[in-house]
Amino acid sequence: MKVRSSVFASFILISEVVGIALFLRGFFPAPVRSSLSSKSKLSDLPSEPLTGSSPNASRLPPPLFKRVVVMLVDALREDFVFGPGGRRYMPYTRHVVERGSSQSFVAKARPPTVTMPRIKALTTGSIPGFIDVVMNLNSPALLEDNLIWQAKTAGKRIVFYGDDTWVRLFPKHFMEYDGTTSFFVSDYTEVDNNVTRHLDSTLKRDDWDILILHYLGLDHIGHISGPHSSLIQPKLLEMDDILKKIHSALISKEAEGSLPYLLVLCGDHGMSETGSHGGSSEPEVNTPLVLISPAFKRKVGLEKPEVVEQVDLTPTLALGLGLPISQNSVGHVIPGVLEESSLRDQLRFLHLNGHQLSCLLKDSMPDYEKEAGFEQFRVAEKAHGSWMKLYLEGNTSEVLTNMGKKVLKQYLEALAAMSSALSKQLGKYDMYSMIAGMVFVFQLLLVLLLAMPEALSGEAAVDLPVLSVLLSLPFYLLCLLLASVHVLVCTSAESSCYFCSLSWGLVFAAVAFSSAMFCILVSMATRRLPLGPKIHGKSPLRSSGSEWSLSELDVLLLAGTVGHTLSLAASSFVEEEHQTWYFLLNTLCLAVFQDVCRKYFREQRGSGDEEEHILPSKDCHPTAHPKAEICSEKWLALATPPFTLVCCRLLRSLNQTGVQWAHLPDVGHWLNSSEHRMVLSLLAAFCLVLIYLLVQRRCSWVSKVALALGLLGVYSYRAAVGNVWFPWQHSGRTMSKGTVEARFVYVFVLGILFTGTKDLLRSQIITADAKLKSRGLWEIYSGLVLLVSLLFRAHNLPVLCCSLLIQTLMAQFIWKELHYDAAQTTIMHYWFGQAFFYFQGNSNNIATVDISVGFIGLESYIEAPAIFLTALSTYAGPLLWACHLVCYLSSERDKSPVAVGHGCYCLALLRSVPAAAYIVLVTVLRYHLFIWSVFSPKLLYESMHLLLTAGVCLFFYTMEQSHSSIGVVAVTHLDRDNLSVD
Amino acid sequence: MWDHEIRAMASTHAIIAASVFMATVLPAVFVPGFSVYGTHLLWLYSASGAVTVVSVAVFWLLGITPPAKKHTLGYKLSRLLRSCLYFFLSCLFFHAVVVLYGAPLIEYALETFSLAVLLTSLTTLRCLCVLGPNVQAWIRVFSRHGAMSVWDTCLQITVACTVVGAWVGAFPIPLDWDRPWQVWPVSCSLGAMIGFLTGLVAAPAWIHYHRKQLTYKCK
Repeated sequence: MKVRSSVFASFILISEVVGIALFLRGFFPAPVRSSLSSKSKLSDLPSEPLTGSSPNASRLPPPLFKRVVVMLVDALREDFVFGPGGRRYMPYTRHVVERGSSQSFVAKARPPTVTMPRIKALTTGSIPGFIDVVMNLNSPALLEDNLIWQAKTAGKRIVFYGDDTWVRLFPKHFMEYDGTTSFFVSDYTEVDNNVTRHLDSTLKRDDWDILILHYLGLDHIGHISGPHSSLIQPKLLEMDDILKKIHSALISKEAEGSLPYLLVLCGDHGMSETGSHGGSSEPEVNTPLVLISPAFKRKVGLEKPEVVEQVDLTPTLALGLGLPISQNSVGHVIPGVLEESSLRDQLRFLHLNGHQLSCLLKDSMPDYEKEAGFEQFRVAEKAHGSWMKLYLEGNTSEVLTNMGKKVLKQYLEALAAMSSALSKQLGKYDMYSMIAGMVFVFQLLLVLLLAMPEALSGEAAVDLPVLSVLLSLPFYLLCLLLASVHVLVCTSAESSCYFCSLSWGLVFAAVAFSSAMFCILVSMATRRLPLGPKIHGKSPLRSSGSEWSLSELDVLLLAGTVGHTLSLAASSFVEEEHQTWYFLLNTLCLAVFQDVCRKYFREQRGSGDEEEHILPSKDCHPTAHPKAEICSEKWLALATPPFTLVCCRLLRSLNQTGVQWAHLPDVGHWLNSSEHRMVLSLLAAFCLVLIYLLVQRRCSWVSKVALALGLLGVYSYRAAVGNVWFPWQHSGRTMSKGTVEARFVYVFVLGILFTGTKDLLRSQIITADAKLKSRGLWEIYSGLVLLVSLLFRAHNLPVLCCSLLIQTLMAQFIWKELHYDAAQTTIMHYWFGQAFFYFQGNSNNIATVDISVGFIGLESYIEAPAIFLTALSTYAGPLLWACHLVCYLSSERDKSPVAVGHGCYCLALLRSVPAAAYIVLVTVLRYHLFIWSVFSPKLLYESMHLLLTAGVCLFFYTMEQSHSSIGVVAVTHLDRDNLSVD
Repeated sequence: MWDHEIRAMASTHAIIAASVFMATVLPAVFVPGFSVYGTHLLWLYSASGAVTVVSVAVFWLLGITPPAKKHTLGYKLSRLLRSCLYFFLSCLFFHAVVVLYGAPLIEYALETFSLAVLLTSLTTLRCLCVLGPNVQAWIRVFSRHGAMSVWDTCLQITVACTVVGAWVGAFPIPLDWDRPWQVWPVSCSLGAMIGFLTGLVAAPAWIHYHRKQLTYKCK
């Protein structure tokens, strides 16, 4: 069966996406969940163990605290309180920590250190999987069993002020609430004042049991200017004052005889040295946890705070309030909190916690009985029972106390062991699914590689022996073999496996597909071998027959692609991947520069001037107009690579990304500071004008007008949001969300896209007009540019502008003039696209994804458009370059009709090689220290990019299809007929 | 074929390599606290100075430098001045390229410029010695099939090795190992120097093994 390169490439990419999806499902473990979807109830609680007699009471011991105030300060780092600067930053808190009746801990947060998963962790006690962050950009109501639900069900009255993520997670749970949005990161006073303004009246009242405060200001300051900024100290002092206020109010309210209060100061995550968070570095993970209550012993000096897990707070609070521990909680109660209660109660608390953990362990592990912690818990429970028996008999001797202490110790050990076993469960990989996905991807990649000589030939069609394979014996044997392997693996697997849980039909389809691919692979390889043993393995870019010579540029392009793929094995190179791309891009520009120099200076030598100096003006002067034009063109061509280099250097300093040098000041921050708003406004306006000038050349007049109005709309949107000045804006208007302006732009984007599609369809159906077609394509491209210019932050507009400028210049003077073929042009486009991905401030860290883009033009969060807009703005660089590639290659069609097919094939190859290599690397490095912080985010980026490239390849395919003459189709049909006759 | 030239080339290269070695060892004896990493700039300048002096002397003695067309003192002086100008321009060019590659513009300007000086003395200086301040000849040598003598081929190889060495030397900079040789510009200048030394060895060897295939069209 003969298929065209573009069809082939798109098909392979789409199948690879499926393979990678399977791999991802195996790689990111499903979070530990109890199989029961119900929630813990008071009535389900186990009774107090007691040997010999029937269980007496299944009641909980009385709560330890009457009222709880949780003061959560976003991004509160451990050293802000316990560090050497703590005395300066938070004097009152520090005094309480050192002298007051308090308990202080360093609570370790699990990565991803992002607010929403942290809130989930604090309330449910479970550790949200990595994938939760991506799946839940939106925060819908939390349905899992959680502390807030338990409290509400038990009739506790909860008041909440702060980040409205809570309100969205727990709708209708709070008696009273006021959510503040963290929409404008630049605002760090208003968000906190909105919380504090309710405080005085609430503290005076008596009608609540739990008060939760979530302060966002510190996090915003971190994002703006980092942990060492001068804004930090006043903010921490403000927090300290609030804590003092709450503490004194609680003390004054305290009545004799009633239960004591508990004041909790904690952070959801820390803040890295650059002020961001999301990763797993020490300062991001370590947060302070200070529990203040008269129930604790007074401290006599600063001790080094003990390290606990962040999720340990959940069972502690639950038991402290007399609530059942939520089902999926993996934490264990902090023993220090229980110290002052009676030994019986202490044991009872630990027993409850242990029972809950053992239930969870039973649910999530098939061989839970072998687990050491589970065994210890059984032993401890028995010992507890006999202790209870002695206790109830009225024994009060020293022996009993010692025995109780021993049971306590046993319980604590069991709890710690079970808790760590459950946490480890999170790090378990579903190897079978991973391997299956990997095998898929590799088969496809090998087929792609083997098809290279055919796909890049003049015909641009690949001959896939599908029919002959489907009728061959090895195919059926292989099917049988794989199916039996599948059954064998699935029946003997001890842990749960996603691939095994798929339905039989799907699995059989996968098995048939995989064996067909394998047979195709073998038959293609045997066909290739006798034909030319020279073209083997990583074959050349342009193998013309048996001899192929590579120019320096080809060597660079190949070495760069391979080198970049290899560099992904080192965590530093993944963190600093932008450096790799900038470096390669620079070298590419220099290599192109050398090519240009060669072209123009060799000609001159041919013309035979022997003189030492080669002033171009000399041979320009005597001749008339055409020669002068050639001359100016020559100088423009010579100037293009250096100009590109300068552009890249400037863009590079616009956004510092990565990890090591991310803290360095960059132009983007400088532009965004309020005193430079004038400069930013001028720059944005200039860029928008330049974008207009660059894009409008090849549009119809309707699109020109739409584009101009759209770009005007972009500027007014930025002005409405408050990023840039409006020339005729007199009074300081309040910031709005700019919904109207953004929608105005969307209308024009849709209009331009519609015009473009119309032109394309017309060129296809009515007239086979190449001009109309290229105009239509360009209009689609300009619609995309307009949309991206709306989504980009104001300081990123130069990135867009430079990319357009470089594209125009390169297309005009380099790619056309130097006769680079489709493969070379594609690789260059790909490299530029990658570099621009990082120029716009992205990195391989989830934290740099700008989620606020998803809200542009929307009143509230709507999932589908928000995800679409976020993905578009994140991958704007690669997408724009890929689109430009389509435009460029189809405009070059008259020179080489198969260019689009070649481009599509090369793009598919360029994307699948690193993706396939990367999943192998990740599998090999799955026990690496940085697997969750560095390698997994990159894996998500890679898969997302693969998905987008598959989309782009489909676009290529439609573009090629619309143009392919009926002749090619007829030939294909003929071939197929021949095959079937054979 | 070319045996005489190859022997001359090998001995020249041996002398230059020895000068690099001496430039590394001698300061270690005379200057207290000298080390290639610690006092990197000192090493850098001593090495480039030694290479400069020795190359100029050796090539002048060997007489490879193209003979001056006119033997007036003024012409010779102008050639010398032009060479110095080219040397300086090449330093600026390398500096610009390194900055374009991402070196900080202001912060490490001295270090960057020193690297440019080293690269110039390893590459441009050789061109000046072998070809003279003659841009046309440079363009000829560095275009695709432009070599006209063994010395041209040798020049191509050493220059390419040096530049590639410096290029490869930039690879370990993003790694977070915090080694002394990762400090800017140590890895790049070491890479350039190692590349240069490799080129010095590789050029005569390559020419020796390909001496049968080498054919040069005459001027």
